Amino acid sequence: MGTLTIGLFSALVGSMNYDFALKLAEAAVDKGHKVNLWFSSNAAGSPLKGQKHLKDYSHGETPLRKLIEKGVEVCTCEACSLARGVNKTNAIEGVQWSAMHWYLAKIHGSDRVLHIGGE
Amino acid sequence: MADVKLAFIVSKPPYKSEVPKLGATHAMAYQTVEILLEEGDTVTPVLCYVGDGVLNCLKGQKAMDIYGITSTETHLKNCLLVDLDVYVCKEDLENFGIQEDQIVDAEDMGAEKKLQVVPFETIKKTVEEAKHVLYF
Repeated sequence: MGTLTIGLFSALVGSMNYDFALKLAEAAVDKGHKVNLWFSSNAAGSPLKGQKHLKDYSHGETPLRKLIEKGVEVCTCEACSLARGVNKTNAIEGVQWSAMHWYLAKIHGSDRVLHIGGE
Repeated sequence: MADVKLAFIVSKPPYKSEVPKLGATHAMAYQTVEILLEEGDTVTPVLCYVGDGVLNCLKGQKAMDIYGITSTETHLKNCLLVDLDVYVCKEDLENFGIQEDQIVDAEDMGAEKKLQVVPFETIKKTVEEAKHVLYF
């Protein structure tokens, strides 16, 4: 089995990128691969807990919690999250907090990297 | 023990876009990644500016004055200070009419490294040689 690292820079709402990345992560982990998920830029606003699941909007909290339960390592850029009002007290439990070197270290040990840009 | 080569390609223009700055800061993180790696493992990044991205390399950026945020120029200077290889596409500079004396240097900070204006062919080779490509 391989290791896949996904770098996600897109916001939860605004494109299909976020939904795609989380679905891909789940498909990979279900097949037995090791998956790492890095949030930077607008994606770093997504690990906020207490999201209301309105049917007109993408919903990130439930699938993110599911991924963490399945063993996906999820880490957010601390500075990017803090700039968006997400901090350790209002963030989803199990999300790691670090900086860019976390992403580079995971890339170092990965067979495949999917870097999904933002904006 | 392994070195992993990474190509960071920046094609977005500067100022209110966060993406080009993230290209520089992610590349710069090679300085601290070793604390998370096994002994002897390393990451070698090359940061490349292409297309509209070459506008990030102009000196005299006023992002702080206009938007109250750090400019890409500051990040580029920091990249040079930590000896990162930074390539700027020669053809794209020419397309914008930008001369080499208009691009950023970090001499005022004591950096020996300079931005390297290279033909697109060199950037293509860098991408081919990299294990992973990160597109900003």
